[in-house]
Amino acid sequence: MAEKKRIDEPTGTETVGHEWDGIEELNTPLPRWWLWTLYATIVWGIAYTVAYPAWPLISEATAGVLNWTSRDELKKEMAAVDAGKAPIVNAIASTPVDQLKNNPQLLQAAVEGGRAAFRVNCVQCHGTGAAGSKGYPNLNDDDWLWGGDINTIHYSIEHGIRNPDHEQTRMSQMPAFGRDGLLKPAEIDELTAFVRAASRQQPANAAAQRGAALFATNCAACHGSDAKGNRELGAPNLTDAIWLYGGDADSIRKSIHDARYGVMPRWGEKLSPATINMLAAYVHSLGGGEEERVQTAAK
Amino acid sequence: MNEVSTTGPKSLYEKRQPVYPQKIDGHFRRLKWAIMAVTLAIYYVTPWLRWDRGPYAPDQAVLIDLASRRFYFGPIEIWPHEFYYVAGLLIMAGIGLFLVTSAVGRAWCGYACPQTVWTDVFQHIERAVEGDRNAQVRLAAAPWSVEKIGKRSLKYSLFLLVSLATGGAWIFYFADAPTLLRQFIAGEASLVAYSTVAILMATTFVFGGFMREQVCIYMCPWPRIQTAMMDEKSLLVTYKDWRGEPRGKGRRTGELSDLGLGDCIDCNQCVAVCPTGIDIRNGPQIGCITCALCIDACDRVMEKTGRPRGLIDYATLEDCAVEKSGGPPKPLLKSILRPRTIAYALIWSSVGLGMLFALGNRTRLDISAQQQRNPVYVQLSDGGVRNSYTIKLRNMQTRPREMRVDLTNLPGASMWRDGQTRDQASRSIQVVVPPDALAKLPMFVVAPGSGDASEKFGFTVRSTDGEGEMDSTEAIFERPRK
Repeated sequence: MAEKKRIDEPTGTETVGHEWDGIEELNTPLPRWWLWTLYATIVWGIAYTVAYPAWPLISEATAGVLNWTSRDELKKEMAAVDAGKAPIVNAIASTPVDQLKNNPQLLQAAVEGGRAAFRVNCVQCHGTGAAGSKGYPNLNDDDWLWGGDINTIHYSIEHGIRNPDHEQTRMSQMPAFGRDGLLKPAEIDELTAFVRAASRQQPANAAAQRGAALFATNCAACHGSDAKGNRELGAPNLTDAIWLYGGDADSIRKSIHDARYGVMPRWGEKLSPATINMLAAYVHSLGGGEEERVQTAAK
Repeated sequence: MNEVSTTGPKSLYEKRQPVYPQKIDGHFRRLKWAIMAVTLAIYYVTPWLRWDRGPYAPDQAVLIDLASRRFYFGPIEIWPHEFYYVAGLLIMAGIGLFLVTSAVGRAWCGYACPQTVWTDVFQHIERAVEGDRNAQVRLAAAPWSVEKIGKRSLKYSLFLLVSLATGGAWIFYFADAPTLLRQFIAGEASLVAYSTVAILMATTFVFGGFMREQVCIYMCPWPRIQTAMMDEKSLLVTYKDWRGEPRGKGRRTGELSDLGLGDCIDCNQCVAVCPTGIDIRNGPQIGCITCALCIDACDRVMEKTGRPRGLIDYATLEDCAVEKSGGPPKPLLKSILRPRTIAYALIWSSVGLGMLFALGNRTRLDISAQQQRNPVYVQLSDGGVRNSYTIKLRNMQTRPREMRVDLTNLPGASMWRDGQTRDQASRSIQVVVPPDALAKLPMFVVAPGSGDASEKFGFTVRSTDGEGEMDSTEAIFERPRK
C-alpha cells in the first residue's frame, strides 16, 4: 500500500494515504462527543447485564440484582386483572341468571366471560364454535332437548345430563328396543320408515303406516303422540330437520336398536356460580336462546 | 498539493471547536427574526386555538387524540383508517423540502428548522447574559470566579426555562390544552405528559445549548440529502472569490485596487458572525446552513470600504461563472423559476389538490360485514339455515346518526340483531349509531334451506337523517353442501 499521506487542500484534512483508482479518503476525525456516547452505551450495557437476567450459564442464566423475571411480571399482571374483574364477576354471581338481560352491560360481560369459559371447559365435546358434532348437540340452533330458555340452560349446565350419582341431574333413558329384544328387526325397519316419513324425508308408505301403530304403543309415551318430543324427558323432536345422531335410515335404525345415552358432566361441582351464569348467558346468546315461558313450573 | 510526512499518530477524535457568533444586524438578520417570530408563534399558539364541533367532539382546533385515535385539524377529522391523509401530508412535506432546496437552497436549514430557531434563541440568551463574541471568549478563558459562576448559572437557568417551555408546549397538541395545563401545574397530569416534557426539555437543552452546529454537521441526514440535490443552478451563499482575491489584509481602502488586490480585506467578520463557525470563503460546505448572516456582515464592511455590496451573496454557481466572465447578472426570479422547481411545484400542488378532492368527497358513514365462520351455518329445525355476521357501522360525524340497514338479494331471507328474537326478524333494521363511533351489530340472517351452497347477497346502509349518504357491502350466505 502506497502510504502517501497528504493534506487535502480544500478541507485542510489529512488523507488516509491509500488511493483506490483515484479515489482517496479523508482521515476526518470523529467528534469527541460521539466517542463519549459510545462509552455511555457500553456502560449502559454492562449495567443492564448486572441488573437484569443476561448471561446464559449451564442450567439457567444469571438472575440480575433486580431479580426481575417475566413470569413474576405476568403473575402480577394477572393478579391485577383478576382484582379489576372482581366487582363485575361478583355482580354476575349475585344476579339471578334470568335477570342478567335487565343490565345490558352485565349481560355483555357475562357473555364474554362465558365465551372464555366455554373455550376451556366445553369445546372438547361441543366444538370451538358450539356447533357440536354427532352425539353432541349444536348449541347454536333452535332445537333443544331439555329446553332453551336461560334458566333451563343454566340448570342443564349446573346439574349435568345423566349423572346417575347426582339426584338433581337430568335423567331419562330410552330402551334399547333391538338389543334387548323388545322389537323384531322388521318392526324396527317399520318404525324407521315412520320416523323418516314424520320428518318428511320419505313418503308415508305402507311400512311407515305400520310403523305409526308401533310408535303409538312403544314411543309416544316419551316422544309424544305427534312425535314432537318432550323436553321434560329430554326426548327429541323427531319431526324437525335436526338430528343429533343422524337422520338417515341406518342411523335411525341404530338409535332404535341400541338406544342413545348422551352424558354431560355436572359443572356445578367444578365451576363457580359466576362461571355457570356466564356459560348460560353465552350459550343463550348463540342465536337459539328462547324466552322464558311465563309460567315456569317451580323446580 | 503538498506531501506531508506524518509526525506521530493523529488523534482519531476531535474536541468540538466552540463557536461564539457575533451579533449582527442586516436584511437577512431581520428576515430571520421575522421567520423565528412566525414559526414560534405557530408552535406555541396552535394548540390554544378553538374550533366548535358541537357537544360530542373536542373543541381544540388542532388535536392529535392518541387515546381515542382521532386527528382533528379544524373542520377535518381523520380516523385511523384514513391515515393516508397524514401520509399525503408527509409526502407534501418531503416534496416541499425538495422544492425549497432546488429553488432557494438550504433555506429550511437557515431559517425555519427547529434546530436553527432554538439555537438562535439560545445564542441570543448567551449574548444577553455573557456579552458579545469577545466577551464570551474572554469569559471562557477566564478562571472560575463569582462573576463567571453567576453568569454561567444565569445562562443555564434561562436555557432550562426555554427548554421547559419547548417541551411543555408539545404536549398540548395531544390533549385539551387548558385542561392539561391546569392538571400539569397541579401535578395531576399523566406520567406520559411529564416524561414527554422531561425528554423534550433534555433534548432542547442539550441540542440548543451545547450540540448546536454538531447536530447539523454530524446528526442530521438532511444536509447530506441536500448535497445530492444541489446543482449549478441551486441558490447558495457564495463568496465571489474572483472579486475578493487576493485578500488585502490591513490595507487602506484606497490602496486595494492600486495594489491589484481584491475587495476582501480579510476582516474575518463573515467568520465571526457564523453560527456554525465556518469560513464561507472556503467555498460551499456541509456546515453552511445558508442563514446568510455572513452576507449581512460583509455588506456592512463593503459599505464602509466603499465597494459594491454582495462580495458574499446568494448566487448560483452558474450565475457566478457568468458574472466572473463579465456577463450581466441573471434576475433572481430566473434562477428560482426553472423546469425542475416548476415540476416539484406541480407534483406538490397535485398531491395537495388530490387530497382536498378526496376530503371533499369522502362519505362519513361506512358499512362492513364480517361473517362468523365457526360455525359457518346453522341448520334450523324448520329446515331453514341461519348465518351470523358482525355488521360494523361507522359514523364518522360528530353527532348521533340514524341509519337503516337493508338486506339486498337473498330471497326469503330476514335478519335480526342480538338481543332480538326471530319473531322480530325483517329485511330492514333501523339503528342509531353514536357520534364519532363504530357500532358493532351481531346480526343473524335466516334464509330457506334450498338454494346455492354459497349465495351472494349484500347489506346496504343509508342515513335516514336527510343527508342520504349510503354505503353497501357484499356478503356470502353459506348452506350445507348436499
